[in-house]
Amino acid sequence: MATILAVDDSASMRQMVSFTLKGAGFTVVEAGDGQQALDAAKRTKVDLVLTDVNMPVMDGITLIKELRALPTYKFTPMLMLTTESAAHKKAEGKAAGATGWIVKPFNPDQLVATIKKVLG
Amino acid sequence: MTTDMTQFLQTFYEESFEGLEIMESGLLNLDVGAADSELVNDIFRAAHSIKGGSATFGLGEVAAFTHLMETLLDELRDGRRDVSQEIVELLLSAVDCLREMLTASRAEEPLEMERIDELKASLQRTLDAGAAPKSEATTGSSGGQSTSSGWRILFKPFPHLFKTGNDPVRIFRELGELGELTVEASTDGLPPFEQLDPEESYLAWTLTLRGSADRAAVEEVFAWVEDDCELEITPLEGEAVAGPQPIPAAESDSGISGELLLERRRSTDRRRGNDRRGTDRRGGADSGSIRVGIEKVDAVIDMVGELVITQSMLSTLGEDFEMEKLQKLRDGLAQLERNTRELQENVMRMRMLPISFVFSRFPRMVHDLSQQLGKEIELRMTGEGTELDKTVIEKITDPLVHLVRNSLDHGIEPTVEERVATGKPPVGVVRLNAYHKGGNIVIEVIDDGRGMDAERLFRKAVERGLVDAEAQLSPEQIFDLIFMPGFSTAEQVSDVSGRGVGMDVVRKNIQSLGGTVEIQSELGKGSTFSVRLPLTLAILDGQTVSVGDELYIVPLVSITESIQVKEGMINHVANKGQTFRWRGDYLPIIRLSQIFGAESKVASLTEGLIVVVEGDGRHVGLFVDDLLGQQQVVIKSMEANYRKIDGISGATILGDGSVALILDIPGLIRISNQQAELQPA
Repeated sequence: MATILAVDDSASMRQMVSFTLKGAGFTVVEAGDGQQALDAAKRTKVDLVLTDVNMPVMDGITLIKELRALPTYKFTPMLMLTTESAAHKKAEGKAAGATGWIVKPFNPDQLVATIKKVLG
Repeated sequence: MTTDMTQFLQTFYEESFEGLEIMESGLLNLDVGAADSELVNDIFRAAHSIKGGSATFGLGEVAAFTHLMETLLDELRDGRRDVSQEIVELLLSAVDCLREMLTASRAEEPLEMERIDELKASLQRTLDAGAAPKSEATTGSSGGQSTSSGWRILFKPFPHLFKTGNDPVRIFRELGELGELTVEASTDGLPPFEQLDPEESYLAWTLTLRGSADRAAVEEVFAWVEDDCELEITPLEGEAVAGPQPIPAAESDSGISGELLLERRRSTDRRRGNDRRGTDRRGGADSGSIRVGIEKVDAVIDMVGELVITQSMLSTLGEDFEMEKLQKLRDGLAQLERNTRELQENVMRMRMLPISFVFSRFPRMVHDLSQQLGKEIELRMTGEGTELDKTVIEKITDPLVHLVRNSLDHGIEPTVEERVATGKPPVGVVRLNAYHKGGNIVIEVIDDGRGMDAERLFRKAVERGLVDAEAQLSPEQIFDLIFMPGFSTAEQVSDVSGRGVGMDVVRKNIQSLGGTVEIQSELGKGSTFSVRLPLTLAILDGQTVSVGDELYIVPLVSITESIQVKEGMINHVANKGQTFRWRGDYLPIIRLSQIFGAESKVASLTEGLIVVVEGDGRHVGLFVDDLLGQQQVVIKSMEANYRKIDGISGATILGDGSVALILDIPGLIRISNQQAELQPA
């Protein structure tokens, strides 16, 4: 089953996402900010990146930009977790190379459904 | 699959309370007019996380409330609004309210809706007043809610589509779920083979979707790629909808995707969740948890690793031991001792938290109190990273709050004029300082205010009958009087410090932690309260003393000195037992053998030793047979294992397996006073 990199500075969100995805049979790598995520992605090849946007140290958009620049992650799906109010962040994320976004708050079933769709 | 969200709530609460701390200290550090954008972003991010989490975990009211705070902070962050004192105060109140909401939610108590609604209204008013034009587009977007018997979709991705991680096949699959889909590819855009870049997208598709799906549903499928393609969606047979309507890229907004993942029905879910998990969770909250830095855990694992190595070495040595291996055995045991000590230290360290857990509340308190008192006061803190035991941290908070209140209220001069007149800067300074000193932590509360007037204090103490008018006291002894019950020097009992809890309680609380508090003060210059605490309550630095066959541990912190008395120093006082002269004073002698009924091997005072100890601000001499070693002992509770005994604070197991009782010095002094009073005149 696919490996997913779940990035969020909020431990509770990370726990929830990780629990949900593991429950759906995915392997999950967790990271608390963009820099940690970047390091983790370099160590372990992941099949999909799910990242929060506003994080300390390195934000989600920079993370996506950095990952996209790596040959390994040229075509990897990368989804942002955003809130409805942050419409401009979506455009910014897309410009950085994001595949799409998932709007917070989301329900776990729909998160799994979306990820399964993306991974095909 | 349904996920029970309540299992993440505990983490959510913990991180939210941390977030509130960040918001609060950030707000207090914000400079009105010229806000540090990094700081505003930190505050925003904390609010944003709380909002996201509360919405996800079904705390609708919290989410709605935080949303308003977040919106306001977002405007500050973007520079659409300036940071004003009013906004800072409003946000601080909102932080308080949010804290109460989270506390109530966690305890599953009803929210105080009146206050919440009031603050929400204030936030909304602030947002409305002089609000920047909302740039957020209305949700729902292109308005094509109408349906037709189907849609014709022209989809021509830009070459870079794959590099966004998107795959046309996913889109087709999703469309296929909406109805009957026919896909027709156009290869017109394909370059000659030698120019073909396999990483780019060259194809275009005409898709025919038959079914009852409405336009929004179709657009939703393309939401992620609408900026990465040419897209035209037209109704089949031209029914019901006017003309072709390409999605304007500029209007792309959340509305479409907002439906992709629907919002949960917050309130109902929450109620359901609470019913199910309520009791479990409350139990969890009370049990208390600590976050331990990974490096501390790693250190313990390292130590255990070394311990295992030492153990296996010793066990190999023991299998066929011969006398010539004695030196090896000794080395091994020495190593074991070192391992054990280091392991103990490292495990203790896991319970240690930085004092910033206590200090972090003071900026806010000083801010609020100085406004209330009409004084200008600056708080400076140093040594916030100094660590001490979690239990000590929890118990020292109230006494420290009281000391800081006291410095603000009584220490700093009431008016700027009074300060300036004595050549001081107009803004009063209260400093909090923490540092380690010889196995203790010292926390100082220092103000540059009026200082304490020893003469005036002495007169008050005499008026209140606390001391004899003839008593000769040093300034330090006089300052100590403020810790006596029933002593209050403030002319008026103020709202700030005079809350029925006096300095006597402060000292009692500090002493119950095995600590001491001292005052240094200079009239007109300011005062320093130094609180000295043991780093942990589980381990004590003790002096082992013997009385007959019994061993007792005297806490090292309470020992002033140990002396051998000579005949001339001893005084017999009627009804009061014996005293001895010490530094110009007469101290009562407490015979441990009498109090604990142990049989002393030495009868005469001149043969044994006197340990001068201090407790409750008084010195006494403990008469013991002999002094043995000093060592760290692990405190075992008497109450938990037997019952409380006056004069004993606990017990410990010594290296040879024997039990020694740990003396409670203030308790011993009380006992000896009672015995003295009971003696017939």
